[in-house]
Amino acid sequence: MNKEKQPGLYIHIPFCRSKCLYCDFYSVASRAAIPAWLKAVQREVLLYKDRFHDFDSLYLGGGTPTILGERELAGLLECLHKHFTFCPESEMTIEANPDGLSRDKLKVIGSLGINRISLGVQSFDDRDLKYLGRSHDSRQALKSLDMVRSCGFADLGADLMYGLETQSIQGWRRTLEKILEFRPEHISCYQMTFEKGAPLWKMKAAGLVRSIGEKLESAFFIWTSRYLEKHAYQHYEISNFARSPEFMCRHNRKYWSHIPYLGLGPSAHSFQAGSRWWNVRSIRKYCRLLAEGKAPVEGAEVLSEEQLDLETLDLGLRTSAGVDLHALGDRLIMDEALAELQKSGLVKVTNGRIQPSLKGFLVADSLPLMLCS
Amino acid sequence: MTMQQIRNFSIIAHIDHGKSTLADRLIQHAGLVNDREFRDQILDNMDIERERGITIKSQTVLLPYTSRSGEVFDLNLIDTPGHADFSYEVSRALASCEGVLLLVDASQGVQAQTIANLYAAMEHDLSIVPVINKIDLPSADIGRVKEQIEHDLGLEPDHALLCSAKEGTGVEDVFEAIVNRIPPPSGNAEKPLAALIFDAHYDPFRGAIVSCRVFDGALRPGDIIRLMFNGATHKVEEVGVFRLNRESRGELSAGSVGYVIAGIKSVADIRIGDTITLDSNPVSSPLPGFKNIKPVVFSSLYPISSDDYPSLLDSLEKYKLNDAALVYQKDTSVALGQGFRCGFLGLLHLEIVQERLEREFDQSIIMTAPSVQYQFTLLDGATLTVENPQYYPDPTVIKSSAEPFIRAAIILPERYMGAVMKLCLDRRGANPRITYPTPGRVEITFDMPLAEVVFDFYDRLKTVTQGYGSFDYELIEYRQSDLVKLDILVNSERVDALSIIVHRERAREWGVQVCDRLKEEIPRHSFKIAIQGAIGGKIISRSTISPFRKDVTAKCYGGDITRKRKLLEKQKKGKKRMKMVGSVMIPQSAFVSVLKAKDE
Repeated sequence: MNKEKQPGLYIHIPFCRSKCLYCDFYSVASRAAIPAWLKAVQREVLLYKDRFHDFDSLYLGGGTPTILGERELAGLLECLHKHFTFCPESEMTIEANPDGLSRDKLKVIGSLGINRISLGVQSFDDRDLKYLGRSHDSRQALKSLDMVRSCGFADLGADLMYGLETQSIQGWRRTLEKILEFRPEHISCYQMTFEKGAPLWKMKAAGLVRSIGEKLESAFFIWTSRYLEKHAYQHYEISNFARSPEFMCRHNRKYWSHIPYLGLGPSAHSFQAGSRWWNVRSIRKYCRLLAEGKAPVEGAEVLSEEQLDLETLDLGLRTSAGVDLHALGDRLIMDEALAELQKSGLVKVTNGRIQPSLKGFLVADSLPLMLCS
Repeated sequence: MTMQQIRNFSIIAHIDHGKSTLADRLIQHAGLVNDREFRDQILDNMDIERERGITIKSQTVLLPYTSRSGEVFDLNLIDTPGHADFSYEVSRALASCEGVLLLVDASQGVQAQTIANLYAAMEHDLSIVPVINKIDLPSADIGRVKEQIEHDLGLEPDHALLCSAKEGTGVEDVFEAIVNRIPPPSGNAEKPLAALIFDAHYDPFRGAIVSCRVFDGALRPGDIIRLMFNGATHKVEEVGVFRLNRESRGELSAGSVGYVIAGIKSVADIRIGDTITLDSNPVSSPLPGFKNIKPVVFSSLYPISSDDYPSLLDSLEKYKLNDAALVYQKDTSVALGQGFRCGFLGLLHLEIVQERLEREFDQSIIMTAPSVQYQFTLLDGATLTVENPQYYPDPTVIKSSAEPFIRAAIILPERYMGAVMKLCLDRRGANPRITYPTPGRVEITFDMPLAEVVFDFYDRLKTVTQGYGSFDYELIEYRQSDLVKLDILVNSERVDALSIIVHRERAREWGVQVCDRLKEEIPRHSFKIAIQGAIGGKIISRSTISPFRKDVTAKCYGGDITRKRKLLEKQKKGKKRMKMVGSVMIPQSAFVSVLKAKDE
């Protein structure tokens, strides 16, 4: 049980070959600053080496972590292992994009102890990929999936996107059918979202693209859940499916359950003992602050009991496991509202846990609001 | 100072014809303030009055004046509220005067309130000095206005003074006319004290500051006075006159105007129009014209957050100290919780109370649809007065029902007549009488239910006449009417705060309007919401708010959590400002919006 509480380590690698049109994560489309960034991360590690111990997950995210050269990756991992300790059988994930992935790189990745690949497939339809501004095509996606498997990675996660203007439900079905041929241990299906600040958001504001509308979005969502569950995947979070509980992403689940995590790199967030802090969203500032011996922190908050409860509720209702009623403060939830939500089939209460139904998942952003007094 | 050297006068005018500006100019001219201290519209000292440009609480000021012939005068300017809601206060102020300046805007000409004011002044047999103001305006048409003064008002146009209060031209002539054309007061200092209360203000240190006109006798500090309407006695602490501030005097003698402070706790303890006399030597009968004014418009008032009920109660108590016309009592609504049923003199009064509670007392309130007082006769012969839809009687035992009617007078340029006729007929106006006082202008009078004008009538009139229509009304009588209670149901639950009593023929229209408004105001929920208007069990209007199917955020990782929680905290706070009806959240704005004028 205690093992469940081990912290997770996230490294933000803010570099990409090119920027995708839907993405609002912090990254730059250039390799130029990688050496400076790497040096800075190594400095940041030192700031926290005494505050975090015994990680049981590592997540290299981005950006495009696989943009790092083999020596850069090795250098990073070496530094992490030098100053931090990891539990045996830690989950070690790297996000990868089909373009620029090679058998050689995968071998190095494997040799560094990374045991989970999260591959940004998105779609097998080139029209969708073009719409999203991805730098790979479906052929590359298939090839990279083959490579991951043939290199012996036993924990493969595939990221997909649906609800695109260019995509029909049949097209989406073909993408899912195709991915199932590789039997990934984990599938993330993200509803197309127009993130403020991403190019598609601006294009939408200008009337160049549009969302498919709430009605279709919910149809896609429900259909996807049913389809994957039929193929023995568990819909364990709004956008996440796992072939079995052991393949639920250990690292991501820490975010949803207030388990401590340390985020290194520009824009990374950390959480420990009721505090959350986040780094500056600029490689230049990040490097400068660390060079000056300062923490590259942009903001921080200490969560009150009430705020923690609110987050527990909010985050928990996004997962099929739901929220333990007894873990919440006495006055957070209104009994009548809970009864009402049960009646309307949005949640059920099992063994003292409120668990959202599929219909509940669809309105998960309002569930906490409906329950709160 | 003898009575010969006193003049008591008011300025009466249609709204916006420059009453306050002229008053300010007179004050400045009399040297009460120097130019540096001069602040526009000194008499309107509440923010709301300044913003709306209307006088709500009247003030009195004594202006010293030395005439061209060298005589010294005390001129008492008795300011009057400028709205039909306060017509009783106006009548008491006029009863304290011997004359009025009847102000007419040189470009707008005679308007509905000009005429109503003239009639009121004539009723009190006052000397009337017409003053044409704003002659500096490029659009001023003095010839046309003189013609209106002759034809609409029946006054001698050549006697009208010309002035521009704004520029200060003609002000000297106004002063001369006051001393020469308005008679001095008459009265007998030897007779028992009879003083008319025409206004009162609340002072946190001194209690009620009572404004009065002494007709006979005299008032001195130390006197034991008696308020004739309830026989209460008080010892006079101070008497005096208003310059810009209070100035205490040894006495107020017959013919003069001033204030009395007598340890009276709040203005609610006195009555406008009441007579003050001496306890030891009372007059045999009070001065004529006293009325115990009663509210005519009613509405319930609730705190947005039920936690704020005690604070609202406290604010109302404080507010009431300075506004005797407001009445309130506790009220409870299923939808809105504990609140107050309030009675007002009219719609403007209601709006003023609402605004002042929000602005000066920092209260966030929800008000329900204004109602008038209805009368029901039941089959068993009992009669019932109902101003709260909650107490609408069982319809099966109602024999007949009646509602108050007004006579509305509207003056407008002829070209808007069609639109105004339609508006009045839509509002159940009947018995139109049309006169053409001067070419191009029409005066229409209609008998209309008060309920039809307490709402948004004045706004609508302004809209359809592009601001050129003016309106005045008086209550006339109760008339038989087919009244029903319209309930609004949200997912089959009655929202009691939205129920209204309405004429059967108007019920459907109202029901449709409320259903449409609520549809716009209530946010979508995760379930379908049906909004219905119903009379008894019969549904007469409906609208539906479709549920939202999906609002979930796809991604929620380390960087998203704080932002998401902050949004949730904000929404949670917003929810506190919502009212729950069953499981439907109704925002405060929904209750307000149903009261707003429909844009056509």
